Amino acid sequence: MIPTGLTSATIGHATPSDAVRVRDTTVISAVCQFLYDEAALLDEWRLDEWLSLFHPDAVYLIPTPEDLSNDPATTLHLVHDSMNTLAGRVDRLKSKHAHAESPRSRTRRHITNVRVWQSPDGLETRSVFQVTRVRGGVVDRYVGVYEHLLVSTTDSDVPWLIKRRRVALDHSIESAGGQLSVLL
Amino acid sequence: MTPSTDSRNTSAKEWVVEDVAAGTFRIDRTTLIDEAVFEREMASVFGRCWLYVGHESEIPKPGDFKARDVGNRPLIFWHGHDGAKRVLYNSCRHRGALVCRIPEGNARGMSCFYHAWTYNSTGALNGVPGDEGYGEHFDRAAMGLLSPPKVDNYRGFYFVCFDPGAVGLKTYLAGAADYIDLVADQADDLEVVPGAHEYSMDANWKLFVENSLDGYHLLPLHKTYFTYLEEREGNTLDRDDTTEALDLGNGHAVICVHGPWARPVARWTPALGEHNRPQVEAKYQELVERYGSERAQMIGLTDRNLLVFPNLIINDIMGVVIRTITPTAAGHTKIHQWSLATAGEDPDLRARRLDSYIAFQGPAGLATPDDLEACEACQAGLRTAPDVTWSDISRGMHREHAGQPSMASDELQMRAFWRRWQSLLD
Repeated sequence: MIPTGLTSATIGHATPSDAVRVRDTTVISAVCQFLYDEAALLDEWRLDEWLSLFHPDAVYLIPTPEDLSNDPATTLHLVHDSMNTLAGRVDRLKSKHAHAESPRSRTRRHITNVRVWQSPDGLETRSVFQVTRVRGGVVDRYVGVYEHLLVSTTDSDVPWLIKRRRVALDHSIESAGGQLSVLL
Repeated sequence: MTPSTDSRNTSAKEWVVEDVAAGTFRIDRTTLIDEAVFEREMASVFGRCWLYVGHESEIPKPGDFKARDVGNRPLIFWHGHDGAKRVLYNSCRHRGALVCRIPEGNARGMSCFYHAWTYNSTGALNGVPGDEGYGEHFDRAAMGLLSPPKVDNYRGFYFVCFDPGAVGLKTYLAGAADYIDLVADQADDLEVVPGAHEYSMDANWKLFVENSLDGYHLLPLHKTYFTYLEEREGNTLDRDDTTEALDLGNGHAVICVHGPWARPVARWTPALGEHNRPQVEAKYQELVERYGSERAQMIGLTDRNLLVFPNLIINDIMGVVIRTITPTAAGHTKIHQWSLATAGEDPDLRARRLDSYIAFQGPAGLATPDDLEACEACQAGLRTAPDVTWSDISRGMHREHAGQPSMASDELQMRAFWRRWQSLLD
């Protein structure tokens, strides 16, 4: 619990370890387009298409903003989804019985400061996001860093599949929307 | 609504109206929207009741501290280097600044950044820069960080009370103590898992207290969660489940159900993994040997939502969740919750416990956002209070007053809460 006005001393470090910075602008540009396309699918609520961007072993993580822990096995997270859970989350969001998103929020994702590394596991990207969410006349803002691990794929319309997607928020959701019913 | 002279002086008996003969239990909706009622509650409920601060496991080592807002007062929950765990007001004795400005850590002492008055981990004032500026009457020993008038713990759960005249904690807990025992007896050692869920809603705090104890809403509101459990985890809700609701005295209440989800202590389902099945079943056998089969069933197989009046919820369902519900205004509420787990449990079981919890009850889970939406929809609808005066909380009254057992889908538990609330406001 953070009392009013208190700020956690924790600041996340986004740079991946064991990775080499990618400077090739062709690769960087393709990664940016991939991230923008992914964002558009979420903003347009094309959730099945969004889900198809994920590797079968993917994880989707949102640590609690106060400790920004990397380990969902030992620290309470806001979200730790396997593909089974994430598919269930998408099923739910598509249902008219997902009352917190019925009617649906409108979101707009701004993605910037995109950086790319080559790691043994694939391409590691870091980008700064601001997601605005509009619902019931209220505008909420979410700010933080997206971390994507992208792995190459041959049998798909896209160049990569998302193996790991982590959303490191800079603020408590207590002051942004109160809860998190949308996909960040 | 703006505070009105009316609601400052209205008897709470006019707000909580029970008519046994007519089978009605009604709440005046003013109590959920009026800032003047909120102000009365802060004094009469939050200023007089025992309020949860934290669990002993959160500050295991000397120097460990957590800054907590309790009843809208900033506090420090601090493990002193003398071995004692204390609750201190987080406000410098000099001018009032927060002495602790980070949410947690370990410190031998804390220095107020304004004029550098320094306090050690027992709260004693041990440093005042330029103290030659104070005369002989300056009593440094009396200027340590103050503690609320009453601080106590029950089985490791620490509470404070801001009313020096209040009854002791054990007396206050009444029948709720037995239900805290059922949680505490799960393991020799329990610990709060690192990390907290902090969220909020634009609705009155009492609506979320009701929601936390409401067995009636599960099927209609959480259809998507039960679909998820069925389709993704292979667990189906037993619609003929035997449930109960109990009034535990002093406004405390509990509902008991038997859900389709896994319980780390100790109901195995496939969600916990086949390889964890032997240890979960062994844990249950251990409870049977230690407590007998009837109590083992209550500890290990029964899901309970416990209210410790006014604002502590202990959900012992797919893992133990400690939740506090704190109003900041008539129409805004902060919620904080933590996961309480068996210390030293198998790492894989711990991971699955956390996953199971956050899928349902977290602020990004598959259920909690809908609960908040329901409370906020109520708050929005309650703007009709000047014309549509009453909320109905009568479900199961015919059973209650015929001396029959109440079910989790009844509203006995909310009536217990509201009767106590009414008696405190008068």
